[in-house]
Amino acid sequence: MPLKREPNLKDPDGLYAAILDAHADLSESESIALNARLVLLLANHIGEEAVVREALALARQSIDEAAGSSRGT
Amino acid sequence: MTDVRSINFPYRRSADYGRRQPQPHPIVIVGAGPVGLVAALDLAAKGHASIVIDKKTNLAAGSRAICWAKRTLEIMDRLGLGEVLTSKGVTWQTGKVFFANRRIYEFDLLAESAHRRPAFVNLQQYYFEHFCIEAAARTGLVDLRWQQEVVGLQPTSDGTLIQIRTPEGDYRLIADWVIAADGARSTIRRRLGLGFEGRMFDDQFLICDIKMRMERPAERWFWFDPPFNRGRSALLHKQADDVWRLDFQLGAAADRDEEVKPDNVARRVRAMLGADIAFGFEWISLYRFQSRRLARFRHGRVLFAGDAAHQMSPFGARGGNSGIQDADNLAWKLDLVLRRLAPESLLDSYDGERIAAADENLLNTTRSTDFIAPKGMISRAFRDGVLSLAETEPLARRLVNSGRLSVAASYDGSALNGPDDFAAGECPASRPGAAALDAPLADAFLLDALGRGFVGVCFGREQAADLAAANRRLSEAATPVKMLAVSDAIACRRYGAERAPAYYLFRPDQHVAGRWRALDVAALARAAERASGKAAG
Repeated sequence: MPLKREPNLKDPDGLYAAILDAHADLSESESIALNARLVLLLANHIGEEAVVREALALARQSIDEAAGSSRGT
Repeated sequence: MTDVRSINFPYRRSADYGRRQPQPHPIVIVGAGPVGLVAALDLAAKGHASIVIDKKTNLAAGSRAICWAKRTLEIMDRLGLGEVLTSKGVTWQTGKVFFANRRIYEFDLLAESAHRRPAFVNLQQYYFEHFCIEAAARTGLVDLRWQQEVVGLQPTSDGTLIQIRTPEGDYRLIADWVIAADGARSTIRRRLGLGFEGRMFDDQFLICDIKMRMERPAERWFWFDPPFNRGRSALLHKQADDVWRLDFQLGAAADRDEEVKPDNVARRVRAMLGADIAFGFEWISLYRFQSRRLARFRHGRVLFAGDAAHQMSPFGARGGNSGIQDADNLAWKLDLVLRRLAPESLLDSYDGERIAAADENLLNTTRSTDFIAPKGMISRAFRDGVLSLAETEPLARRLVNSGRLSVAASYDGSALNGPDDFAAGECPASRPGAAALDAPLADAFLLDALGRGFVGVCFGREQAADLAAANRRLSEAATPVKMLAVSDAIACRRYGAERAPAYYLFRPDQHVAGRWRALDVAALARAAERASGKAAG
């Protein structure tokens, strides 16, 4: 099964807020630690390594494009 | 028992010394470490004489390689040394992992019973070498030339002209075949001008062996970020004779000379094990490591094995154990070539199979190193995330990497592999290329029956009646195969023969050459030819 790229959450705004809430009062390095743990937990839950790799590639591509466009202008 | 390290290896003048014309010899092995000695023993078991050249005067004082994996012990069983190594060594199979001041989990390496050998035996390298040297002398075929050193090497059309330095001067000889087992700083490699590039790790590690009586189980203890070595790692292992291996990660900036001072090491030892322990030092050494291999292990009639061919980080005990598997892979091929039962090109499969194994070892040890010594903030965040979660979450335990311990290589995709008649995904552990799985038989173990020439095994509760006929035909084939029948339950289960019989062909190194669901004598003979490098089909 490929990575789902259509909306898949019932309460997107609520979950978005929950992600930010989890980071509340954390330092930058603590936030990085939290994100790392979150990635590990979710990757294991997803289980399908191809899906995780696709998500990694998409996330990376988005960052590279942003960097490329800012360098380009 | 006297300390084997005090035994002197005398220089003896060989018949080659002083000859005006260098004399030919079939096999010259450079380096009498574990890999060179195992190669010499294996070749001797097959009837071949060899000369082993080494400059040392006695065994090294330090324990060096200490963890011998099950596959190594099985290979040593074939050479008659598995029992002495196991009984002298310390058997362990439990590893405990600590993070900061908490134990986060433990693992059991060999959950499956009914194997002759355990997952690991810890034994100082000097004992391993000592038993090999004694066994080599018993064969009468291994000419150990101590206090001699290769100083020149010149490939000729069908061999190698070697110049050897002795305490009384130089002499030359001609080797038909050279096995370069002369370690990480291989003279042979340098003499042939071969590149040996790779990744160098900056981190320094301190090894110290201490002797002490301690009531503590024989387990591998690994610490990430312990209170006594903040931000770094440490390892504890038990060896024979109440010797314990301690290994401390020091970082890149550590002062070499300061760190190895006994007082400073003693402070570290007490911080790890307790202020009141009584101990003596056996060995202190500082090391850094590299990950690299030769582009090819076969260079004409020079064959590289062990550290001379590949170097890796020690996490996972893959250096020594992979070197033994190199020798195991090489000896039977060289035997067939020397007896003209196989073309020289069979040795290209040594290159192919052992390079694939080296790459797997390099990949695993590099990943372990990156986990143990994370580079940068993000690597550390993920590493510490895994360790923090591992205490309560089983999902994270599988990601903890304090070394992926050495297992037998499987030669998947080797040109020597024959047919796999099994259904896809059926019994993958005994697929062609894999090392034979041991299993108890009525009065021995399966591996005892494998390893002398090609062996075909009919696994099954009910035996095919035509085994005798098959044996007659296959014993007369160009590549003879000896056929056996095995009906023991555990063996049948491990080889996928519980419900229907299964027919396997094993190479002389006990790796599976092919497997079938029906007894087809012609197919077995063809697979033996193919595994000898004689046929493409």
